[in-house]
Amino acid sequence: MPSPNSRNPWMFLLGASLLVCMVVDLYLIFEFAPEERSMGHVQRIFYFHVPSAWVSFLAFFVVFVASIRYLWKRERKYDMAANSAAEIGVLFSSLVLVTGPIWARPVWNTWWEWTPRLTLFMVLWFIFIAYLMLRNFVEDEERSARFCAVFGIVGFVDVPIVYMSIRLWRDIHPSPVIAGGEGSGLHPDMKIAFYFSLFTFTLLFVYLFVHRLRLEKSSVALSDLKKEMA
Amino acid sequence: MMNKVAVILWKDLLTEIRSKEMVFSMLVFSLMVAVIFNFSFPPGSDFIQDAAPGILWMTFIFASLLGMNRTFVYEVDKGCMQGLMLAPIDRIVIYISKLLVNFIFITLVELIALPLFGIFFKLDVLTSPGQLALVMLVSTLGFTIIGTLFSAIAVNTKTREVMLPILHFPVSIPVIICAVQATTAIFQEQAWSVVWGWTKIVIFFDVIFFIVAFWTFEFILEE
Amino acid sequence: MAETNTKNQILSQAGDATGNELPAIRVSNLVKTFGNKFALNRVSFDVKKGEFLTIFGPNGAGKTTLIRILSTISTATSGEITLYGLSPHKHATQIRRQIGVIAHQTFLYDDLTAEENLRFYGRLYSVQGLPAKIEQIITDVGLHLRRRDRVRTFSRGMQQRLSIARAMLHDPALLLLDEPYTGLDQHASEMLSGWLRRLRSANRTTLMVTHDLERGVDLADRIAILTNGKLVFDQKRSQITPDSFRDTYYEFVEKSG
Repeated sequence: MPSPNSRNPWMFLLGASLLVCMVVDLYLIFEFAPEERSMGHVQRIFYFHVPSAWVSFLAFFVVFVASIRYLWKRERKYDMAANSAAEIGVLFSSLVLVTGPIWARPVWNTWWEWTPRLTLFMVLWFIFIAYLMLRNFVEDEERSARFCAVFGIVGFVDVPIVYMSIRLWRDIHPSPVIAGGEGSGLHPDMKIAFYFSLFTFTLLFVYLFVHRLRLEKSSVALSDLKKEMA
Repeated sequence: MMNKVAVILWKDLLTEIRSKEMVFSMLVFSLMVAVIFNFSFPPGSDFIQDAAPGILWMTFIFASLLGMNRTFVYEVDKGCMQGLMLAPIDRIVIYISKLLVNFIFITLVELIALPLFGIFFKLDVLTSPGQLALVMLVSTLGFTIIGTLFSAIAVNTKTREVMLPILHFPVSIPVIICAVQATTAIFQEQAWSVVWGWTKIVIFFDVIFFIVAFWTFEFILEE
Repeated sequence: MAETNTKNQILSQAGDATGNELPAIRVSNLVKTFGNKFALNRVSFDVKKGEFLTIFGPNGAGKTTLIRILSTISTATSGEITLYGLSPHKHATQIRRQIGVIAHQTFLYDDLTAEENLRFYGRLYSVQGLPAKIEQIITDVGLHLRRRDRVRTFSRGMQQRLSIARAMLHDPALLLLDEPYTGLDQHASEMLSGWLRRLRSANRTTLMVTHDLERGVDLADRIAILTNGKLVFDQKRSQITPDSFRDTYYEFVEKSG
C-alpha cells in the first residue's frame, strides 16, 4: 500500500473541494437563504444542527460496519476505521447537543427540552463516550479491538429502539410544538441551502475520517517502532 | 446443549448458596436505596407515589449492576474461566448459563424487595399482579441479556466495577423508560393497551439483543 | 457414547494407511503475535504418541501462549497445528475432550467441595459412570478423607492434587502441563512427579512447559528449549546428561538477554 501523504493528489483535491464547498455553504446559509419569518436569523443554526446530526449517524454507521468487518476479517485497519469514526461521531454529536440549546433558547425560551431527537443525541453521545472509554481501559490492543467491535455493534442496533421508546415517552408528555417541524415546508431557497449544507458536512466527514485514519496508522506505526526499540 | 447449561447453572447456584455473595449484597443495597430515596422527598409528600415506579426500577437496575459485576469475576480470579473454556462445550453455553444465573438471582431480589417497597412507599403493588409480573420478567431479562454480555467485557478492563454501568446504562435506556412507564400505568390502573404499548418495546429489545449477544459472545471470550 | 466414538476416531486417525503413525501433536511454523511483538516465532515440532516432551524456557519465552494455543483456547496468528490429525480450530469440541490441562492455577471452585468440583467438570465432559470414577480418582490422589470438604480449606499441595484429578477425570489422551510445580512444597512436588510417571502409558502423550530444570529433565523422553518465541534446542533425553543440559540451558537463556 502506498503511504498516503499530503502530496497525494486525491487528498489535495478532497481538501480543496471541501474548502470551496465550505465557503459556498457559508454564503448560502447567511446570504442566499431567506430569513425565517417567526424565528428570525437564529433559524440559520438549523443548517448546522441537522447536518451535524446526519454526520453523527453516518459516523455511527461506519463504526457499525467497520466493527462487523473487523470481527469477520480480523484486520487491524477495520478497527482503526471504527475508532476514527467513533471520535468524529463524538465531535458531531457534541455539536448537535450544543447547537440544539442555542436554537431552543430564543425559540422555545428554554435551554434544554427533552425532545425525542435531542434526547436521542444525548444517548448517542453517551454510547460514543462509553465506546472511547472502553478503548482506553483495555490494555491489550487486540482484545480492545474485539470488545469495541462488539460494543459498536450493540450500540448501533440500540439506536432505533432508543428512538422508539423516547418517541412513545414524549407522546404522553407533549413538548412544545416545533414550528412546522424541521425540514418541512421550507422555502425553496432554504432547501437549496440545507441540502448543500448536508453535502458539505458529509464531505467534511470524509475529509476528517481520511485524515484521522492516517493519523491512527502513523501512531500505530510509531508505537510499533517504540516497542521494537524497547 | 441445555444439559451443559444445567451443569453450570447447578454449580453457580451451589456456589451462591454457600457464599451468599451476590443475592445478599443486592438485597441489602436495594433496601438501603429505597430508604435513602425516601429522604429526598419532603415528609408526607404525595409526590413520592408518582415517583415510586421510577425509584423502584432505578433501585433494581443499580442492584443488578452490582450483582452482574460478579458474574465473571470469580471465574477469572481463580482461573476457572480457563477451565470452562477448555471444556468441550460451545461458548454460548457459558453465556446462556450465566444469563440464567443472573436472571434468577436478580428476580429473587426483586421479589423480596417489591413488597417492602409497597410498604415503604404506601403503594398497592398488587393492583394487577399478572401485568406487573410480565413487565418485571421482560425488563429484568432485558438488562440481564445486555449485562451478562457486558460483564464479560468489563471483567477484562482496568476499572472493572466502573466499566459495566458506563457500558450498560446508555444501551439499556429503552428498557428503563419502558419499564418505568409500564409500571406507572399498572399502578395507576390504566388500560392494558397502555401497558402493552410499553411492554412490546421491551420484548423487541430482548429478542434483538439476545440475537446480537448470541452472535458476539464468542468474540469476547476468545484470546 | 459420543465420547467413545470420538476417541476411536482420534485413535484410528493416529495411524494412517501408509503405516506411518501420525504424531499426537504436529506444529509447523507456528506464529503468534501480540500487536507487533512475536510471542511465538515460527515454532515447529512434533510430539509422537506416548512421548513426554518438556519445553524449558525463561519467563516470557512464549510457553504459556503455546499451551493456550494447543489447548484450543487461543488461536495462532499463522502456521499450522494438528492434534491427532485434527485442526484445533475446526474440531475444537472433539479435541477438547481429549485434552487435560494442569497449570499453576487449579481451575477449582473454592466454595465447592472436592467431590463437587470433580462432579462439575465430569459432567461438563460427559464422563460415563461418573460417581465410580470420582470415587476411584479421589482415592488415587489421596483426598478420599477430605472429599466432602470445601476446596477453600485445602493446602496448595492438596489443591494441586485435586487439580490433577480434575485433569485426568475424562481420561485424556493428551496432557498439557503449564508450570505444574509452581507453589508446591517438596512433598507435593514429589507426589506430582510420581503421578506424572504413573500416568505415562502408550496412549498418553504429555507436553510440559516449565523453567524448573530438575523436575522437567527427570520425566522427559525429549527436551526442548524455547527462548524469545523460538525453539532453539530439541534433543532426546537419552543424548544428554542433566549437568550438560543445565549449562546449555543457561547459555541459551543468557544469549536471549
